[in-house]
Amino acid sequence: MNMNFREYKLGSRFFALALGLSMCITLFMPSFDIGSVNATNIAMDKQLWAGHESGFSLDDPLLLGWHKPLKVLLKADPVSGQPMDATYAYVYEKGTPLPNGVLHPDNLGSVAKRLSIDKGHILESNKNTGTVFLVKMDDQKRYYIENASATLGWTPEGVLKTAGDENTQHAAAGKSLFVREGCWWCHTLLPEQTQDWQVFGAPPMLGDFNGESPTAFGSDRKAPDILHVASRNSSKEWMMLHFFNPRLVQPHSIMPRFDYLWGPVDANGQKIDFAKWRTEYNEYREGKRITPPEVPTYARNSEIRNLIDFVMNLK
Amino acid sequence: MLKYLMARNEDIPPGSAAVYWGYSSIVWFVIGTGLGAFNAAKLAFPDFVTGLEFLSFGHMRQVHVMAVIFGWISMAFGMTMMYMTPMLGNTRLWSEKLGVWNAFLWNVGLSLGLTVLWWGMNSGREYSDFPWFIDLYVLLFMTIPLGINVWMTIIHRRTQGIYITNWFFGAGTFMVSIVLLVGNLPEYFHLTGLTEAYLTWWNAHNILGLWITPVGAAIGYYTIPKITGNPLYSHRLGHLHFWSIVVFYSTPASHHLMSAPLPEWLKSFASVEGVLILVPAIAFVSNILMTMQGKWNMFVENLEVKFTVTGCLMAIPLNMQGGFQQTRAINWYIHGTGWIVAHAHLALLGFSTFVEVGAVYFGLQTIMRKKLWSLTLGNLHFWFLLVGFTTYWVSMTIAGLIQGAGKIYEVPYIDVVIAEHPYMIARWLGGSLVFMGNCVWLFNMWMTARAGTVIPAGRMAHELAYER
Repeated sequence: MNMNFREYKLGSRFFALALGLSMCITLFMPSFDIGSVNATNIAMDKQLWAGHESGFSLDDPLLLGWHKPLKVLLKADPVSGQPMDATYAYVYEKGTPLPNGVLHPDNLGSVAKRLSIDKGHILESNKNTGTVFLVKMDDQKRYYIENASATLGWTPEGVLKTAGDENTQHAAAGKSLFVREGCWWCHTLLPEQTQDWQVFGAPPMLGDFNGESPTAFGSDRKAPDILHVASRNSSKEWMMLHFFNPRLVQPHSIMPRFDYLWGPVDANGQKIDFAKWRTEYNEYREGKRITPPEVPTYARNSEIRNLIDFVMNLK
Repeated sequence: MLKYLMARNEDIPPGSAAVYWGYSSIVWFVIGTGLGAFNAAKLAFPDFVTGLEFLSFGHMRQVHVMAVIFGWISMAFGMTMMYMTPMLGNTRLWSEKLGVWNAFLWNVGLSLGLTVLWWGMNSGREYSDFPWFIDLYVLLFMTIPLGINVWMTIIHRRTQGIYITNWFFGAGTFMVSIVLLVGNLPEYFHLTGLTEAYLTWWNAHNILGLWITPVGAAIGYYTIPKITGNPLYSHRLGHLHFWSIVVFYSTPASHHLMSAPLPEWLKSFASVEGVLILVPAIAFVSNILMTMQGKWNMFVENLEVKFTVTGCLMAIPLNMQGGFQQTRAINWYIHGTGWIVAHAHLALLGFSTFVEVGAVYFGLQTIMRKKLWSLTLGNLHFWFLLVGFTTYWVSMTIAGLIQGAGKIYEVPYIDVVIAEHPYMIARWLGGSLVFMGNCVWLFNMWMTARAGTVIPAGRMAHELAYER
């Protein structure tokens, strides 16, 4: 029997029209607004210290902080050795993927793109030899990215040597930890445009995110917003105690302990006895000890150092 | 079930795929809610299981979310599609073998995805946490094969028209694949900044709005008329539901970022469209409740109807919240608080889960031709789920209102944490009840498969009396 089935031609066309129109309004149209945004100096600083990608990538698949740039505080010129005004430089050693604004200058917005290319020579950056970047301002107070390897002859090795380990921040590796350890499930990075000004600081502006990936705003704020946390509290010692066991500095905190980020040894190379620490801490909690046990000072190459360097950059 | 992977399509008994999907979904439900309860315990008692990276909250939170969305909810959807789509088309599933393979690849992919998430390998993007190679797997080996089976079954139907449920199944599988493709573009092509942030929430919103909500509702359109024997109250209202979902609910993605610096026109547009969710919501709820006319005794006497109608009733507060909480007038107060967490659980653990549980109960009995082993355990499951969920929802809503008040009165954050503590304990208790209820369910369905009374030919599961 030859049945004449309904084919739903009109329905499927309307379905395509409705879904297409919806995607046109919600994807195509906003892309003009978002694509025309000029990067602020905050976005430039952030993408230069955080690097190409902080979440999963083939350069750092396990989020262990591989191939990450370093942010250093320079007090002397790395070429001449002469003292100079303290300056932040962003060191991309050999093999470190270049930041998004350098790989795709369109992401910087039209003005910053032109300045960064013409004055900052960012197109001469090279992943295979390594590059040092700076955030610069021109005489009209417009910010741009400068490739200091091209303009000043700074090499990654020279800059790192001049700055020294105490002035080197592993903030990019720290941001990977922020993603890996799920800090953003509780600590948002988005002070809201309504009520957060006095407590958590200014909400971010339109151009503050260019080149950042992932933005990791967070959605479920079970803890204070930390976009500007280092402006409120810049004590590395407090951070160290707080990460090891938040209840040491804030008895009512529900934050997990991140003592496992210390790794096996402390700053002096001594093995950290976590079991002993926990036993003594429990005795302290039960009132059998007057003071809690000492928190071990972290080693220079420990993950917690990276995380604290990251937090210190949330200004 | 694995023996069918290598069998010829004709040799696989009809319904095998649905059974595979169904039992997989129940196992994932147990795992997902178990993880949820474990995580909740950590929020109530932060020193509960401490010092181990892989059992820390930050590593497990997204595993819970992805396990329930892709394991429980989506596999239960797959289960219902495997049996409802052919039944409504008066035909057999287009490819039983594809269905079995699809369920197998779904389980393998999800296990792999959750393992790498647990390891800490994630994209840092909420609801699209999987790294991009898993995203690609989800699209190619999970959602698209499911869609192909559904579309081909609908095309090869032996009925004149297409029933509402199948509109939603066909459209839902299509839309979720589009959403997963577009929503993960930031990972495939490394899009950054606000584009990444916006697409993250575009993806998150549309997984909910174009997959979980409409497909959940579509299941209700099948279960209630089928079990009560009443024809659907109004086909027209079904039309209204379908088209308003496609037109209105595919657009409000940016209402998740009302306090972020996105274009203001986009946020206003999203907010207006977000209120219009009330159109499909009211159409759906009224249609189902009107279909129940004259059969309300089954709400008490029949387990599947009890689950489905309860889920449908939960759609009322769900959409009332959903429609208005995203407007600027309200969003500033509750954004980022436990209120939203409660709302998300009302959608996934309330409305959607209850409707699916009803359909999975009904479908497994129908396909296996086995009467449910124990009504007592079934009712126990219902009440554990309902009381557990309600405890969770009420406590998290209160916690959210406390957080909101703390936000506007600029209370030091730690005082908010202290005030929330009792509600965190209540949330953990509620979550644990849900988990225990699901363990009971798994046992009950296991016993049904092994020892359930055989349903005679020509009879439906709900026509037989319960024996235990």
